[in-house]
Amino acid sequence: MEEILSQAKKFADHAEVFQVSSKITPVNFEANRLKEIQAKESTSTALRLIKGGKVGFAQANGFIKPKKLVEMAEDTCQFGAEAKFTFPGPQVYLHTATFDSKVSKVKIEDMVQAGEQLIAAIIKHTPSVVCEATVTKGIITVRIINSAGGNASYNKSFFNIGLEGVLIEKEDMLFVGDSLSSCHPITDYKSLAQDVIKQLDLAKTKASLPTRQMPVIFTPRGVASALISPLVSAFNGKTVFDGASPLKDKLGVQVFDKNLSLWDDATLPYQVASYPCDDEGVPGQRTTLVDHGCVSHFIYDLQTAALVKTESTGNGDRRGGMPTPSPSSMVINTGDAGFDDMVKDIKEGLMIDILIGAEQGNILNGDFSGNVLLGFKIENGEITGRVKDTMVAGNVYQLLKQIEAIGSDARWVEGFLFTPSLYCTGLSVASKAG
Amino acid sequence: MRNEITDALKSPGADYIEIRIEENKITRLVYRGKRLEEVGRTSSLGGNVRAFVKGGWGFVSFNDTHNLKDSAKLAIKEAQLTAKEDFSLFPTEPIVEVVTAPKKGPSLSLAPKKQLLDEYNDIILSTPGIRTSNIGYGDSQKKTTFANSEGTYIEQTRADINLRLTAIAGKNGEVQQVGLSIGSLGDFSVMEGLQGQVKQLAQRAIALLSAPQAKGGEYTVVLDPILAGVFAHEAFGHLSEADHVYENQKLREIMVLGRRFGNKHLNIVDGAAVPGLRGSYKYDDEGIPATKTYLIREGILESRLHSRETAAKMGEKATGNARAINYSFPPIVRMTNTYIESNSLSFGDIIADIKEGIYARDWYGGTTSLEMFTFSAGEAYMIRNGKVAELLRPVVLSGNVFATLGNIDAIGNDLEMNQGGGCGKRGQMPLPVSNGSPHIRINRCLVGGS
Repeated sequence: MEEILSQAKKFADHAEVFQVSSKITPVNFEANRLKEIQAKESTSTALRLIKGGKVGFAQANGFIKPKKLVEMAEDTCQFGAEAKFTFPGPQVYLHTATFDSKVSKVKIEDMVQAGEQLIAAIIKHTPSVVCEATVTKGIITVRIINSAGGNASYNKSFFNIGLEGVLIEKEDMLFVGDSLSSCHPITDYKSLAQDVIKQLDLAKTKASLPTRQMPVIFTPRGVASALISPLVSAFNGKTVFDGASPLKDKLGVQVFDKNLSLWDDATLPYQVASYPCDDEGVPGQRTTLVDHGCVSHFIYDLQTAALVKTESTGNGDRRGGMPTPSPSSMVINTGDAGFDDMVKDIKEGLMIDILIGAEQGNILNGDFSGNVLLGFKIENGEITGRVKDTMVAGNVYQLLKQIEAIGSDARWVEGFLFTPSLYCTGLSVASKAG
Repeated sequence: MRNEITDALKSPGADYIEIRIEENKITRLVYRGKRLEEVGRTSSLGGNVRAFVKGGWGFVSFNDTHNLKDSAKLAIKEAQLTAKEDFSLFPTEPIVEVVTAPKKGPSLSLAPKKQLLDEYNDIILSTPGIRTSNIGYGDSQKKTTFANSEGTYIEQTRADINLRLTAIAGKNGEVQQVGLSIGSLGDFSVMEGLQGQVKQLAQRAIALLSAPQAKGGEYTVVLDPILAGVFAHEAFGHLSEADHVYENQKLREIMVLGRRFGNKHLNIVDGAAVPGLRGSYKYDDEGIPATKTYLIREGILESRLHSRETAAKMGEKATGNARAINYSFPPIVRMTNTYIESNSLSFGDIIADIKEGIYARDWYGGTTSLEMFTFSAGEAYMIRNGKVAELLRPVVLSGNVFATLGNIDAIGNDLEMNQGGGCGKRGQMPLPVSNGSPHIRINRCLVGGS
């Protein structure tokens, strides 16, 4: 890395080298049985440089001669974006716990056993369900150095266990599943098995809904699959700067229900989306996005922050390219409503656990529309059965303007979102039945 | 390199071993509004070893290609841990061949690419009412070396280009967007001459701001060739991938060959052997020759897409559909070029007797759970009394595969292939595919709306 930086400095005014290495071991189960064990090692090195006020970029996955990487970046420089930012010098990083050395010591045999026991628990409840499961452990090492003297590095461990089951009866398919992730090894996956079994139990009876507007409870997984994408897009500082976010000009304005708060937090200990520094070497932080319904802040990387004349929020994220603003862990405040009490309040409505296709609408505008893959009818205060052939359409801003209740049942979903259930009104439902 | 590969393939303890080495060069340009935000190059070198022992797999991927023997040893050890039953892959004859890309790939020079994209971006941004634009361009040239313990050794090169242009219009806190996706198997000229289409794109984004939203419910829906292609991919293509079916007895019963899924004018095809498209290739990532497969012929399920493993498990033939997006993934069963074949009707015939329906055009996205699928149109209009009427906000359509294919009651004569898409499955995306169809009409299709 030092060699790349020193060669780059000969050509460029400023330079930065980012390197990430990973070692990931997924153990895959298919059709209720162990199927495949993988070991994946990778190293990628990215060079960003600034010359004459313009940004050049090149990346190598695998080995590359330093000189070659510098040449590739040089070549792009003349066409590059105007650099509005400077690389950060030496920083003080708070200790954010993201590494547990126990993860790499977990034996493959134990991962196999974990998957087998998880599947066995589901099969014991419903013998005809066919499960796929993955148990994964991984270690990631990140290092960033730049010509301003910036030098950051950290290790991250992660462990993930996920299960998806399908139950087929005639031509009806029921999909159930859930996942857990942590920077610690996961040894207790009973809660995961219980969640899946609960889905199977609730889905035993079928129900149908009419085509009209009705109240809805989004479970935490429902929030993740229906509502979060438009919000991630709208709070991205880049979308805001481009004028493509409906929240442009709404800083300080009450847009959401006064009981709703939302923040991005890279500092939560042992959460898989946490980091001591982002992919540009800026310290990770907690950024309030919605404070009691008011739009409070947006998320930024260095370049976008400089365009808007603000500071980076430590959300520079690379996915095989240049850094761009991206959330770490998103958190919605926990409320005080019991789930059963929210259900009791509804005469006729829908509980959404998984919506598919929601991200295919005009999410810039906050619109979402999708098919209810796992959802239940609520009738006279009780969950009465699983609904199918049902579509919903709504707008996040209209739905979250007035929230009936926020659940006390907050949990992590997919390792990146911590959210309770949300009870809203006026969702458009269209069904084959009605 | 070839000697090291051959050596590592001799490692003992496995029923079968394969090695794949990839070199890849990517160029990427990204615009947001008038800012050219990213110009970057990526160069990759990596590989993997996959070993098979009694029905179980071990897979090891790496960037450092100097320790093939160690990687093979680890893959075999993993496979041995996974071993469970006596089982052989679908048998093949060894192939030794060097395949070069059919077309010369895109040039490495950035200037002409930037000049063309600048022009398109100016067209979008100079349209009154447009708030901003997003443009993403990428091209890649990949060389893959594949060899296995049965004597196959294949080198293939492949080029791919994709372009996505989005125009974003805004007014009074509302934002609407319209996109255009283009792709090709390395032919840059396909990206040229789109000025007229780009202008229309921008104008349509503005028109959407004042368009009403469809009322949710069931409609007779007519899909244009692009959207119908996405429908064929989502609604039926994924269900035809044998890895969803082969280990699930109940699904095997539902997907039994010979079952009727549609009317007799319905033919759905997938095949990498269909030449010149983004999903075309000569050999798949297991070294199996590409084929053209009738998934549905005259409404009846005729065959499905296979890897060597799924074909052997189901007692059917391998179809050359095992694909891996890159060296860090094992090949899985994927689509290639998927389309509904043309029939006889003109567009006018198809909409003539629709009193009230929806004409949905162009794609925004699509997904499936196998049974339930959704796909979204980029553009939609009401159909009233046999005529295309007012513009609507984009709609999301949804259905149940077992019912919907049977509800296709009219198929046009105007097959077109869409090369702008990318497919995702099990974390491997976007894989270059193409899909297409003539205009089709679906009865009782569920549309999300207000």
